[in-house]
Amino acid sequence: MRPSRTIDISTGLFVLLGFAAILFLVTQISSREFTLNSTSYRLRADFENIGGLKQGAPVSMAGVTIGRVDGIQYDMKLLKAVVTLRIDGRYDEIPNDSDASIFTAGLLGGQYVGLSPGGSEEYFKNGDRIEFVQDAVVLENLISKYLFNQASKESPATEPAPAAQE
Amino acid sequence: MPSLLREFTEATAGFLERTGKITRFGLQLAALTPSALLRVRPLVDQVYNAGALSLVIIMTCGLFVGMVLGLQGYDLLTRFGSEEYLGTAAALSLLKELGPVITALLFAGRAGTALAAELGLMRATDQIAAMEIMAVDPLRRVVLPRFLGGVIAMPLLTATFIVVGLFGAQLVGVQFFGVDQGSFWSQMRGAVELADVSEGLIKGAVFGVACSLIAVYEGYHALPTAEGVGRATTRTVVTSAVVTVILDYLLTAFML
Repeated sequence: MRPSRTIDISTGLFVLLGFAAILFLVTQISSREFTLNSTSYRLRADFENIGGLKQGAPVSMAGVTIGRVDGIQYDMKLLKAVVTLRIDGRYDEIPNDSDASIFTAGLLGGQYVGLSPGGSEEYFKNGDRIEFVQDAVVLENLISKYLFNQASKESPATEPAPAAQE
Repeated sequence: MPSLLREFTEATAGFLERTGKITRFGLQLAALTPSALLRVRPLVDQVYNAGALSLVIIMTCGLFVGMVLGLQGYDLLTRFGSEEYLGTAAALSLLKELGPVITALLFAGRAGTALAAELGLMRATDQIAAMEIMAVDPLRRVVLPRFLGGVIAMPLLTATFIVVGLFGAQLVGVQFFGVDQGSFWSQMRGAVELADVSEGLIKGAVFGVACSLIAVYEGYHALPTAEGVGRATTRTVVTSAVVTVILDYLLTAFML
Protein backbone atom coordinates (compact mmCIF):
# COMPACT_ATOMS: atom_id res chain seq x y z
CA MET A 1 0.00 0.00 0.00
CA ARG A 2 1.32 3.39 -0.91
CA PRO A 3 1.58 6.09 1.74
CA SER A 4 -1.84 7.61 2.27
CA ARG A 5 -0.63 11.12 1.46
CA THR A 6 0.05 10.16 -2.15
CA ILE A 7 -3.38 8.54 -2.32
CA ASP A 8 -5.04 11.64 -0.93
CA ILE A 9 -3.29 13.93 -3.36
CA SER A 10 -4.06 11.85 -6.44
CA THR A 11 -7.67 11.29 -5.32
CA GLY A 12 -8.03 15.02 -4.83
CA LEU A 13 -6.58 15.67 -8.28
CA PHE A 14 -8.91 13.09 -9.82
CA VAL A 15 -12.02 14.54 -8.15
CA LEU A 16 -11.04 18.10 -9.11
CA LEU A 17 -10.41 17.04 -12.69
CA GLY A 18 -13.79 15.29 -12.82
CA PHE A 19 -15.64 18.31 -11.50
CA ALA A 20 -13.69 20.62 -13.82
CA ALA A 21 -14.83 18.41 -16.72
CA ILE A 22 -18.46 18.60 -15.57
CA LEU A 23 -18.18 22.37 -15.21
CA PHE A 24 -16.68 22.63 -18.68
CA LEU A 25 -19.52 20.58 -20.17
CA VAL A 26 -22.19 22.63 -18.41
CA THR A 27 -20.79 26.09 -19.11
CA GLN A 28 -18.77 25.83 -22.31
CA ILE A 29 -20.51 23.19 -24.38
CA SER A 30 -24.20 23.71 -23.78
CA SER A 31 -25.98 26.79 -25.01
CA ARG A 32 -26.81 29.49 -22.53
CA GLU A 33 -27.38 32.53 -24.66
CA PHE A 34 -29.66 34.03 -22.10
CA THR A 35 -31.65 32.97 -19.11
CA LEU A 36 -35.38 33.46 -19.08
CA ASN A 37 -35.75 34.87 -15.60
CA SER A 38 -38.41 36.79 -13.74
CA THR A 39 -37.93 39.93 -15.83
CA SER A 40 -39.03 38.12 -18.99
CA TYR A 41 -42.52 38.74 -20.33
CA ARG A 42 -45.05 36.90 -22.47
CA LEU A 43 -46.64 37.80 -25.79
CA ARG A 44 -49.22 35.88 -27.75
CA ALA A 45 -49.72 35.51 -31.45
CA ASP A 46 -52.54 33.73 -33.28
CA PHE A 47 -51.56 31.88 -36.42
CA GLU A 48 -53.69 30.08 -39.00
CA ASN A 49 -50.93 27.54 -39.47
CA ILE A 50 -47.75 27.11 -37.49
CA GLY A 51 -46.23 24.39 -39.68
CA GLY A 52 -43.69 22.45 -37.63
CA LEU A 53 -43.11 25.03 -34.89
CA LYS A 54 -42.28 23.40 -31.55
CA GLN A 55 -42.28 24.49 -27.96
CA GLY A 56 -38.84 25.82 -27.05
CA ALA A 57 -38.12 27.10 -30.56
CA PRO A 58 -36.24 30.40 -30.64
CA VAL A 59 -37.86 33.78 -31.11
CA SER A 60 -35.50 36.04 -32.97
CA MET A 61 -35.27 39.60 -34.10
CA ALA A 62 -32.86 40.40 -36.92
CA GLY A 63 -31.30 37.00 -36.28
CA VAL A 64 -30.65 37.56 -32.58
CA THR A 65 -32.42 35.16 -30.27
CA ILE A 66 -34.49 37.21 -27.85
CA GLY A 67 -36.81 34.57 -26.44
CA ARG A 68 -38.40 31.15 -26.75
CA VAL A 69 -41.75 29.71 -27.76
CA ASP A 70 -43.33 29.04 -24.40
CA GLY A 71 -46.42 27.14 -25.40
CA ILE A 72 -48.63 26.22 -28.33
CA GLN A 73 -52.38 25.67 -28.01
CA TYR A 74 -55.29 25.39 -30.38
CA ASP A 75 -58.12 27.82 -29.72
CA MET A 76 -61.46 26.19 -30.52
CA LYS A 77 -63.29 29.54 -30.71
CA LEU A 78 -60.84 31.37 -32.95
CA LEU A 79 -59.99 28.17 -34.83
CA LYS A 80 -56.37 29.26 -34.74
CA ALA A 81 -53.11 28.18 -33.17
CA VAL A 82 -52.25 30.33 -30.17
CA VAL A 83 -48.51 30.62 -29.71
CA THR A 84 -47.18 32.06 -26.46
CA LEU A 85 -43.77 33.71 -26.77
CA ARG A 86 -41.55 34.37 -23.82
CA ILE A 87 -39.24 37.32 -24.41
CA ASP A 88 -36.14 38.10 -22.36
CA GLY A 89 -36.61 41.13 -20.09
CA ARG A 90 -33.66 42.92 -21.66
CA TYR A 91 -35.66 43.40 -24.85
CA ASP A 92 -38.54 45.41 -23.43
CA GLU A 93 -38.75 48.12 -26.06
CA ILE A 94 -40.26 46.27 -29.03
CA PRO A 95 -42.74 48.50 -30.92
CA ASN A 96 -46.27 47.17 -30.43
CA ASP A 97 -47.02 47.10 -34.15
CA SER A 98 -44.19 44.68 -34.86
CA ASP A 99 -45.14 41.60 -36.82
CA ALA A 100 -44.41 37.95 -36.16
CA SER A 101 -43.70 35.37 -38.86
CA ILE A 102 -42.75 31.72 -38.78
CA PHE A 103 -39.57 30.98 -40.69
CA THR A 104 -37.45 27.93 -41.32
CA ALA A 105 -33.79 28.05 -40.35
CA GLY A 106 -31.80 26.85 -43.34
CA LEU A 107 -33.13 24.31 -45.79
CA LEU A 108 -33.55 21.50 -43.28
CA GLY A 109 -33.45 23.43 -40.01
CA GLY A 110 -36.16 23.76 -37.41
CA GLN A 111 -38.75 26.51 -37.48
CA TYR A 112 -38.58 29.69 -35.44
CA VAL A 113 -40.59 32.84 -34.86
CA GLY A 114 -39.10 36.01 -36.33
CA LEU A 115 -40.21 39.43 -35.16
CA SER A 116 -39.65 42.43 -37.39
CA PRO A 117 -40.02 45.82 -35.72
CA GLY A 118 -42.75 48.26 -36.62
CA GLY A 119 -42.69 52.02 -36.26
CA SER A 120 -44.89 52.54 -33.23
CA GLU A 121 -43.79 54.71 -30.31
CA GLU A 122 -45.41 52.32 -27.84
CA TYR A 123 -43.92 49.03 -26.73
CA PHE A 124 -45.25 45.53 -26.10
CA LYS A 125 -46.23 44.79 -22.52
CA ASN A 126 -46.66 41.46 -20.76
CA GLY A 127 -49.67 39.59 -22.14
CA ASP A 128 -50.04 41.67 -25.33
CA ARG A 129 -51.22 40.09 -28.55
CA ILE A 130 -49.19 40.50 -31.70
CA GLU A 131 -51.60 41.91 -34.27
CA PHE A 132 -49.73 41.28 -37.49
CA VAL A 133 -48.77 37.69 -38.11
CA GLN A 134 -47.63 35.68 -41.07
CA ASP A 135 -48.18 31.91 -41.14
CA ALA A 136 -45.63 29.23 -41.70
CA VAL A 137 -45.00 28.38 -45.31
CA VAL A 138 -46.07 24.80 -45.93
CA LEU A 139 -44.12 23.33 -48.80
CA GLU A 140 -47.01 21.18 -50.05
CA ASN A 141 -49.26 24.25 -50.33
CA LEU A 142 -46.61 26.06 -52.34
CA ILE A 143 -46.20 23.13 -54.68
CA SER A 144 -49.91 22.70 -55.21
CA LYS A 145 -50.30 26.45 -55.86
CA TYR A 146 -47.53 26.27 -58.40
CA LEU A 147 -49.08 23.27 -60.10
CA PHE A 148 -52.53 24.90 -60.21
CA ASN A 149 -50.99 28.02 -61.71
CA GLN A 150 -49.30 25.93 -64.36
CA ALA A 151 -52.51 24.08 -65.05
CA SER A 152 -54.61 27.24 -65.35
CA LYS A 153 -52.03 28.78 -67.69
CA GLU A 154 -52.14 25.78 -69.97
CA SER A 155 -55.83 24.98 -69.69
CA PRO A 156 -57.27 27.62 -72.09
CA ALA A 157 -55.13 26.22 -74.89
CA THR A 158 -55.29 22.48 -74.19
CA GLU A 159 -58.64 21.76 -72.57
CA PRO A 160 -61.10 22.74 -75.29
CA ALA A 161 -59.34 20.61 -77.88
CA PRO A 162 -59.91 17.14 -76.31
CA ALA A 163 -63.45 18.18 -75.41
CA ALA A 164 -64.14 18.98 -79.03
CA GLN A 165 -62.79 15.66 -80.23
CA GLU A 166 -64.99 13.71 -77.84
CA MET B 1 -38.24 -32.28 -25.75
CA PRO B 2 -39.16 -32.22 -22.05
CA SER B 3 -35.44 -32.04 -21.15
CA LEU B 4 -35.02 -29.03 -23.43
CA LEU B 5 -38.01 -27.39 -21.80
CA ARG B 6 -36.67 -28.18 -18.35
CA GLU B 7 -33.32 -26.69 -19.29
CA PHE B 8 -35.02 -23.56 -20.51
CA THR B 9 -37.04 -23.18 -17.32
CA GLU B 10 -33.91 -23.84 -15.30
CA ALA B 11 -32.01 -21.15 -17.16
CA THR B 12 -34.83 -18.64 -16.80
CA ALA B 13 -35.20 -19.39 -13.11
CA GLY B 14 -31.45 -19.08 -12.66
CA PHE B 15 -31.40 -15.73 -14.41
CA LEU B 16 -34.29 -14.41 -12.33
CA GLU B 17 -32.72 -15.75 -9.15
CA ARG B 18 -29.45 -14.00 -9.91
CA THR B 19 -31.18 -10.73 -10.77
CA GLY B 20 -33.12 -10.94 -7.51
CA LYS B 21 -30.00 -11.71 -5.50
CA ILE B 22 -28.05 -8.81 -7.01
CA THR B 23 -30.96 -6.46 -6.36
CA ARG B 24 -31.27 -7.62 -2.77
CA PHE B 25 -27.54 -7.19 -2.28
CA GLY B 26 -27.83 -3.67 -3.69
CA LEU B 27 -30.69 -2.79 -1.36
CA GLN B 28 -28.70 -4.16 1.58
CA LEU B 29 -25.78 -1.93 0.60
CA ALA B 30 -28.06 1.07 0.09
CA ALA B 31 -29.47 0.64 3.59
CA LEU B 32 -25.95 0.70 5.05
CA THR B 33 -24.75 3.63 2.93
CA PRO B 34 -25.43 6.55 5.33
CA SER B 35 -23.20 5.05 8.01
CA ALA B 36 -20.40 4.39 5.52
CA LEU B 37 -20.33 7.95 4.22
CA LEU B 38 -19.08 9.08 7.62
CA ARG B 39 -16.01 6.86 7.40
CA VAL B 40 -13.99 8.95 5.00
CA ARG B 41 -10.65 7.15 5.04
CA PRO B 42 -11.66 3.86 3.38
CA LEU B 43 -13.88 5.77 0.98
CA VAL B 44 -10.99 7.97 -0.22
CA ASP B 45 -8.86 4.87 -0.73
CA GLN B 46 -11.54 3.29 -2.90
CA VAL B 47 -12.21 6.43 -4.93
CA TYR B 48 -8.47 6.36 -5.57
CA ASN B 49 -8.59 2.70 -6.62
CA ALA B 50 -11.64 2.97 -8.83
CA GLY B 51 -11.16 6.50 -10.12
CA ALA B 52 -7.66 7.89 -10.02
CA LEU B 53 -6.10 4.63 -11.18
CA SER B 54 -8.56 4.37 -14.11
CA LEU B 55 -7.86 7.91 -15.22
CA VAL B 56 -4.99 7.14 -17.60
CA ILE B 57 -6.88 4.45 -19.54
CA ILE B 58 -10.04 6.57 -19.62
CA MET B 59 -8.19 9.61 -20.98
CA THR B 60 -6.24 7.62 -23.55
CA CYS B 61 -9.36 5.91 -24.84
CA GLY B 62 -11.32 9.16 -24.75
CA LEU B 63 -8.70 10.89 -26.84
CA PHE B 64 -8.68 8.19 -29.49
CA VAL B 65 -12.45 7.76 -29.58
CA GLY B 66 -12.71 11.52 -30.09
CA MET B 67 -10.08 11.44 -32.82
CA VAL B 68 -11.89 8.63 -34.61
CA LEU B 69 -15.11 10.62 -34.37
CA GLY B 70 -13.24 13.52 -35.91
CA LEU B 71 -12.02 11.37 -38.80
CA GLN B 72 -15.30 9.57 -39.46
CA GLY B 73 -17.42 12.64 -38.89
CA TYR B 74 -15.31 14.74 -41.22
CA ASP B 75 -15.39 12.11 -43.94
CA LEU B 76 -19.16 11.77 -43.65
CA LEU B 77 -19.96 15.46 -43.35
CA THR B 78 -17.81 16.61 -46.28
CA ARG B 79 -20.09 14.55 -48.52
CA PHE B 80 -22.85 16.98 -47.58
CA GLY B 81 -20.54 19.98 -47.52
CA SER B 82 -21.29 20.63 -43.87
CA GLU B 83 -17.98 20.11 -42.06
CA GLU B 84 -18.82 22.89 -39.62
CA TYR B 85 -21.29 20.53 -37.96
CA LEU B 86 -18.41 18.27 -36.92
CA GLY B 87 -18.36 19.78 -33.43
CA THR B 88 -22.08 19.20 -32.98
CA ALA B 89 -21.89 15.62 -34.21
CA ALA B 90 -18.90 14.80 -32.01
CA ALA B 91 -20.34 16.49 -28.93
CA LEU B 92 -23.77 14.88 -29.18
CA SER B 93 -22.50 11.39 -29.87
CA LEU B 94 -19.94 11.64 -27.07
CA LEU B 95 -22.37 13.11 -24.56
CA LYS B 96 -25.32 10.87 -25.25
CA GLU B 97 -23.83 7.49 -26.07
CA LEU B 98 -20.13 6.94 -26.51
CA GLY B 99 -18.98 8.74 -23.37
CA PRO B 100 -21.10 6.92 -20.78
CA VAL B 101 -21.10 3.51 -22.48
CA ILE B 102 -17.39 3.21 -23.29
CA THR B 103 -16.48 4.63 -19.89
CA ALA B 104 -18.69 2.00 -18.25
CA LEU B 105 -17.14 -0.82 -20.28
CA LEU B 106 -13.61 0.38 -19.48
CA PHE B 107 -14.59 0.88 -15.85
CA ALA B 108 -15.89 -2.68 -15.65
CA GLY B 109 -12.67 -3.94 -17.21
CA ARG B 110 -10.28 -1.84 -15.16
CA ALA B 111 -11.94 -1.23 -11.78
CA GLY B 112 -14.70 -3.85 -11.71
CA THR B 113 -12.38 -6.80 -12.24
CA ALA B 114 -9.96 -5.48 -9.62
CA LEU B 115 -12.80 -5.22 -7.11
CA ALA B 116 -14.15 -8.67 -7.88
CA ALA B 117 -10.72 -10.32 -7.74
CA GLU B 118 -9.84 -8.58 -4.48
CA LEU B 119 -13.09 -9.53 -2.76
CA GLY B 120 -12.99 -13.03 -4.21
CA LEU B 121 -9.48 -13.57 -2.90
CA MET B 122 -10.52 -12.27 0.51
CA ARG B 123 -13.30 -14.83 0.44
CA ALA B 124 -10.97 -17.62 -0.73
CA THR B 125 -8.36 -16.88 1.94
CA ASP B 126 -11.03 -16.78 4.66
CA GLN B 127 -10.47 -13.10 5.47
CA ILE B 128 -14.19 -12.45 5.23
CA ALA B 129 -14.98 -15.39 7.49
CA ALA B 130 -12.37 -14.10 9.96
CA MET B 131 -14.09 -10.72 10.07
CA GLU B 132 -17.43 -12.37 10.73
CA ILE B 133 -15.88 -14.27 13.63
CA MET B 134 -14.53 -11.01 15.05
CA ALA B 135 -18.07 -9.57 14.80
CA VAL B 136 -16.93 -7.09 12.15
CA ASP B 137 -19.56 -6.72 9.45
CA PRO B 138 -17.68 -7.42 6.20
CA LEU B 139 -20.43 -5.76 4.18
CA ARG B 140 -19.94 -2.49 6.01
CA ARG B 141 -16.20 -2.76 6.42
CA VAL B 142 -15.05 -4.14 3.06
CA VAL B 143 -17.79 -4.21 0.46
CA LEU B 144 -19.52 -0.88 1.00
CA PRO B 145 -16.52 1.46 0.61
CA ARG B 146 -15.58 -0.33 -2.61
CA PHE B 147 -19.10 -0.03 -3.97
CA LEU B 148 -19.38 3.66 -3.07
CA GLY B 149 -15.93 4.40 -4.43
CA GLY B 150 -17.05 3.12 -7.82
CA VAL B 151 -20.35 4.98 -7.64
CA ILE B 152 -18.55 8.27 -6.91
CA ALA B 153 -15.84 7.73 -9.51
CA MET B 154 -17.97 6.80 -12.54
CA PRO B 155 -19.72 10.14 -13.29
CA LEU B 156 -16.41 11.97 -12.89
CA LEU B 157 -14.69 9.53 -15.23
CA THR B 158 -17.54 9.91 -17.75
CA ALA B 159 -17.21 13.69 -17.76
CA THR B 160 -13.44 13.45 -18.17
CA PHE B 161 -13.84 11.00 -21.03
CA ILE B 162 -16.26 13.28 -22.87
CA VAL B 163 -14.12 16.40 -22.48
CA VAL B 164 -10.94 14.62 -23.59
CA GLY B 165 -12.89 13.12 -26.50
CA LEU B 166 -14.08 16.55 -27.59
CA PHE B 167 -10.54 17.82 -27.65
CA GLY B 168 -9.55 14.72 -29.65
CA ALA B 169 -12.25 15.48 -32.22
CA GLN B 170 -11.14 19.09 -32.27
CA LEU B 171 -7.53 18.03 -32.79
CA VAL B 172 -8.37 15.98 -35.86
CA GLY B 173 -11.09 18.22 -37.28
CA VAL B 174 -9.52 21.62 -36.73
CA GLN B 175 -5.78 20.97 -36.65
CA PHE B 176 -5.53 18.22 -39.28
CA PHE B 177 -8.43 18.90 -41.63
CA GLY B 178 -8.78 22.62 -41.23
CA VAL B 179 -12.40 22.84 -40.11
CA ASP B 180 -12.93 26.37 -38.86
CA GLN B 181 -12.27 26.47 -35.14
CA GLY B 182 -14.90 29.13 -34.46
CA SER B 183 -17.71 27.30 -36.22
CA PHE B 184 -16.63 23.99 -34.63
CA TRP B 185 -17.27 25.33 -31.13
CA SER B 186 -20.09 27.75 -31.84
CA GLN B 187 -22.17 25.22 -33.82
CA MET B 188 -21.65 22.82 -30.94
CA ARG B 189 -22.72 25.39 -28.38
CA GLY B 190 -25.78 26.24 -30.42
CA ALA B 191 -26.98 22.67 -30.75
CA VAL B 192 -26.08 21.10 -27.40
CA GLU B 193 -28.49 21.77 -24.59
CA LEU B 194 -28.11 21.36 -20.88
CA ALA B 195 -30.45 18.35 -21.10
CA ASP B 196 -27.91 16.56 -23.32
CA VAL B 197 -25.16 17.13 -20.77
CA SER B 198 -27.32 15.88 -17.92
CA GLU B 199 -28.37 12.85 -19.99
CA GLY B 200 -24.73 11.84 -20.28
CA LEU B 201 -24.01 12.37 -16.62
CA ILE B 202 -27.16 10.54 -15.49
CA LYS B 203 -26.22 7.60 -17.69
CA GLY B 204 -22.71 7.65 -16.25
CA ALA B 205 -24.05 7.62 -12.70
CA VAL B 206 -26.52 4.78 -13.38
CA PHE B 207 -23.87 2.67 -15.12
CA GLY B 208 -21.54 3.37 -12.19
CA VAL B 209 -24.07 1.98 -9.71
CA ALA B 210 -24.77 -1.06 -11.90
CA CYS B 211 -21.14 -1.93 -12.67
CA SER B 212 -19.91 -1.42 -9.10
CA LEU B 213 -22.79 -3.45 -7.71
CA ILE B 214 -22.15 -6.34 -10.08
CA ALA B 215 -18.42 -6.28 -9.30
CA VAL B 216 -18.81 -6.38 -5.52
CA TYR B 217 -21.62 -8.94 -5.75
CA GLU B 218 -19.61 -11.31 -7.91
CA GLY B 219 -16.48 -10.88 -5.79
CA TYR B 220 -18.23 -11.24 -2.46
CA HIS B 221 -20.12 -14.35 -3.55
CA ALA B 222 -17.22 -15.97 -5.40
CA LEU B 223 -16.55 -19.63 -4.72
CA PRO B 224 -13.60 -19.78 -2.30
CA THR B 225 -11.27 -21.43 -4.81
CA ALA B 226 -8.75 -20.18 -7.34
CA GLU B 227 -11.16 -21.11 -10.09
CA GLY B 228 -14.01 -19.35 -8.29
CA VAL B 229 -12.07 -16.09 -8.20
CA GLY B 230 -11.29 -16.35 -11.89
CA ARG B 231 -14.91 -17.08 -12.72
CA ALA B 232 -16.10 -14.16 -10.60
CA THR B 233 -13.81 -11.80 -12.52
CA THR B 234 -15.04 -13.06 -15.87
CA ARG B 235 -18.66 -12.85 -14.85
CA THR B 236 -18.13 -9.31 -13.63
CA VAL B 237 -16.96 -8.11 -17.04
CA VAL B 238 -19.56 -10.05 -19.03
CA THR B 239 -22.53 -9.14 -16.83
CA SER B 240 -21.45 -5.50 -16.56
CA ALA B 241 -21.14 -5.16 -20.33
CA VAL B 242 -24.53 -6.73 -21.02
CA VAL B 243 -26.29 -4.80 -18.26
CA THR B 244 -24.69 -1.55 -19.43
CA VAL B 245 -25.96 -1.93 -22.97
CA ILE B 246 -29.47 -2.94 -21.86
CA LEU B 247 -29.67 -0.09 -19.35
CA ASP B 248 -28.40 2.26 -22.04
CA TYR B 249 -31.31 1.36 -24.27
CA LEU B 250 -33.83 1.79 -21.47
CA LEU B 251 -32.38 5.12 -20.33
CA THR B 252 -32.25 6.44 -23.88
CA ALA B 253 -35.85 5.46 -24.52
CA PHE B 254 -36.79 7.11 -21.24
CA MET B 255 -34.97 10.39 -21.79
CA LEU B 256 -35.44 10.88 -25.52
